[in-house]
Amino acid sequence: MTQSKVRSGLGASLLAAAAFTMLTVSPVNAQQKPIVGLITKTNTNPFFVKMREGAEARAKEVGLELRSFAGKVDGDNQTQVEAIESLIAAGAKGILITPSDSSAIVPTIKKARDKGILVIALDTPLEPANAADATFATDNFKAGELIGAWARATLGDKAKDARIALLDLSKNQITVEVLRDQGFLKGFGIDLGDPKRTGDEKDPRIVGNDVTQGSEEGGRRAMENLLQRDPKINLVYTINEPAAAGAYQALKAAGKEKGVLLVSVDGGCPGVRNVKSGIIGATSMQFPLLMASKGIEAVAEFAKSGKKPANTPGLDFLNTGVELITDKPTSGLPALSAEEGLKRCWG
Amino acid sequence: MSTEPLADLKKPPAGMDKPVVSLDEPPPHRLKGAQDFLHAHPTTIPAIVLLLGLALFSLVSERFFQPFNFSLILQQVTVIGIVAVAQTLIILTAGIDLSVGAILVLASVVMGKLAVELGVPAPLAIVVGLAVGGFCGAINGVLVARLKLPPFIVTLGTWNIFFALNLWYSASETIRAQDIETSAPLLQVFGIGFDVLGARFTLGSILMIVIVAIVWYVLNWTRFGRHLCATGDDPDAAALAGVRTGRTVIWVYTIAGIVCAIAGWVIIGRIGSVSPQAGQTANLDSITAVVIGGTSLFGGRGSIIGSLIGALIVGVFRNGLALSGVNVLWQDFAVGLLIIIAVGIDQWLRRASR
Amino acid sequence: MVATGIAVMSNTAQPFTAARASSASAAPVLQARGLIKRYGRVTALDHADFDLMPGEILAVIGDNGAGKSTLIKALAGAIVPDHGEIRLDGRPVHFRSPLDARAEGIETVYQHLALAPSLSIADNLFLGRELRAAGPLGRIFRRLDRTAMRQAAREHLSALGLLTIQNVDQPVETLSGGQRQGVAVARAAAFGSRVVIMDEPTAALGVKEGRRVLELILDVKRKGLPIVLISHNMPHVFEIADRIHIHRLGRRLTVIDPAQHTMSDAVAFMTGAKPPPESG
Repeated sequence: MTQSKVRSGLGASLLAAAAFTMLTVSPVNAQQKPIVGLITKTNTNPFFVKMREGAEARAKEVGLELRSFAGKVDGDNQTQVEAIESLIAAGAKGILITPSDSSAIVPTIKKARDKGILVIALDTPLEPANAADATFATDNFKAGELIGAWARATLGDKAKDARIALLDLSKNQITVEVLRDQGFLKGFGIDLGDPKRTGDEKDPRIVGNDVTQGSEEGGRRAMENLLQRDPKINLVYTINEPAAAGAYQALKAAGKEKGVLLVSVDGGCPGVRNVKSGIIGATSMQFPLLMASKGIEAVAEFAKSGKKPANTPGLDFLNTGVELITDKPTSGLPALSAEEGLKRCWG
Repeated sequence: MSTEPLADLKKPPAGMDKPVVSLDEPPPHRLKGAQDFLHAHPTTIPAIVLLLGLALFSLVSERFFQPFNFSLILQQVTVIGIVAVAQTLIILTAGIDLSVGAILVLASVVMGKLAVELGVPAPLAIVVGLAVGGFCGAINGVLVARLKLPPFIVTLGTWNIFFALNLWYSASETIRAQDIETSAPLLQVFGIGFDVLGARFTLGSILMIVIVAIVWYVLNWTRFGRHLCATGDDPDAAALAGVRTGRTVIWVYTIAGIVCAIAGWVIIGRIGSVSPQAGQTANLDSITAVVIGGTSLFGGRGSIIGSLIGALIVGVFRNGLALSGVNVLWQDFAVGLLIIIAVGIDQWLRRASR
Repeated sequence: MVATGIAVMSNTAQPFTAARASSASAAPVLQARGLIKRYGRVTALDHADFDLMPGEILAVIGDNGAGKSTLIKALAGAIVPDHGEIRLDGRPVHFRSPLDARAEGIETVYQHLALAPSLSIADNLFLGRELRAAGPLGRIFRRLDRTAMRQAAREHLSALGLLTIQNVDQPVETLSGGQRQGVAVARAAAFGSRVVIMDEPTAALGVKEGRRVLELILDVKRKGLPIVLISHNMPHVFEIADRIHIHRLGRRLTVIDPAQHTMSDAVAFMTGAKPPPESG
């Protein structure tokens, strides 16, 4: 290529680039949609996938532009920090976040709130909870209590001799898993020790705690190891339904699936189907889509009028609801059947 | 003034016959014999650690030393053991593969979706899944061998890409065990177990041992295996000696991809369902098993049996610590300690050759 | 100018005729004419010629940058010259890779030895040409015949007098520098059927081990293989070479008889301080 050809080629490309840039970068004008950010823990957990879908749908309806971010793994605080920073830079009006590390993220949240951005914690409260403007969450403690109470009522007389396995999330003991675990124990009637920590209970009915990472593989391994500790386990609490599915595989391999009660939390559609098939005895359903859409509505309201959302009276967060799903209801505990649960499940 | 006679001056001064500096080799230090032995048989150390672990936990918990528990540990390490075989081959070529878990789950999801949701006959779905694994591996191999990109970077990128494809293709949805049981039970075949003398063995564990045996044979008794080791040990020397290093590397990554896809099939038998979240820690877990098993990250030296032992060591420690009821975080602590010790010994052995 | 024992070529291109040699007129085993190799603006080989007579040790010396490693690489098939011709036993050959040269019986002992450190001596000896077991074990299961390879390794090593190496299964990295050199030389001697090329074989060795390698080289010569020896070590060169090919500025300057010249002469020719002797 000759020199002049090179130069004219370069010039043409520069012109094209400039034109393209002008066309795509919309000039700042009054009609630009307010930005709301959604930052989830990961992209992989269907809970957060559904949350994002709910947020997208609602954002379109109320006229907000949604930008979503996710950490790479559970516990990935850094990606969430960077997401908040880019949302601050983009001039977002509100941020919805499921924090991976409820305390480490607080300084960055403060930065956003100092700039006048509304920050709502979804699903997992921050530590301290009032570090966010509002928290929309499942009452995770209640979720645990419901299945604990159900298990106790179902076992009836045998409850005082129950052998209980507790399948938690991870060694980090984040708020969600602690609340569910302790709620379950309280609902079952077991003394809690320190309600902020799992695994410190002294009740002899508890065989032990193990972690599952919230996955089927982890559920299977934790169940196998706890069964090895005590083959007479007859009640298993699991942090979520994938862990329950894995635990069930271990029980089945040991020939114990019929005699063991398995309870869980989540309300995902595969989990509800498992309730229907009798694999899971009862599960507490949460409503991630509701969480997300309420969050979007709150940000839209804030962007319009500056009004901040209020908490559910009596709680320091807005309760998005939790329902007990079981095909074997016990008296005194309102519950939905699995069939009805399928209509409201997510995933 | 007396001068010495000239004849005396011609005599060498006293003490001249003693050497000033000795260039002989220093006396071998006491452990040199051990060092040489271990250099020749590097799998000895992991085997000893495994036996020590078994002994330790047998003392700590009476429920540990049972045939059933041992077979349980075998089941628990089966999937990672298979992935560790793939990782060993790659590390032997002085490479590393961070995408093994992503290939595993992508293949698993492909098999599941084809067989259960699209009604493809299960054997065909499985073959397609294996082919997907091989294809992903081949992509890694070509990027490393032909474009000469560093394996860590390449597989870091493909890890993200393959995992994203997995999430997209599965829509993050799990396929339930019951649905698989009714439509395509072949996918769960490696979960089938049978009892022998109180212990329980699954087809998956048997398959892992078969795979280890086959790969061991290939590494030690075929040309491809020797070329693989030479390529990792010193690629220039290998090339000058006539080894087609590029082709060897591409084949290694491809085979590794197929093995990971096999692991993706086996995991369905273990967890019952097809889950897009499976295998997320498989890359680090397999590297852990390989390193503890004595294979050097610098390539060329190592053993498949060692990686199997490495996987078993991690399994024994996790199971033993879980049975003794200690806080879960000590399991991670123990694994970390094992890794450091393993690498330390590897370095000490390497110094033997200097 | 003394005619016997000297084959002197001028810088002009010569036809492929047999050069005059001291022994009964024998054709060169390996010959090259007019080799040219350019790397961008640098001309590494500039009409270089080369002759190697049967049974001789030909040393190739030259200053750094003279182009002698490029010449050797062209003969060993590691690079492909842009122009020129190479003939082996009078037949033109075109090497696309070191494997081609190997297939023709030209073996090279590289400066950095090309031995895989963690592989055993036997493995290294047979690297790239491993022996397969006979019958279905070899064909279907592709099984290697390690016993045969070990046995052959032991034989080749002892044929060269490398008896200090006890165990052919020990990794090459446990050997001393001289022993490693010995293994590399044994490999070349075992498989080389026509020519053995050695690139700086004593460069990294101490005095004692260097001497042992020189003896090895003489042992290889006794097997009847001609040897091309690249070296900077003048005393070694003058000790064992039959003829010395002096390379300068990308081409062959002259070939001298070490018996007829001194080391300082050779260095002077090499650096251009003295003009080369002309043929009469």
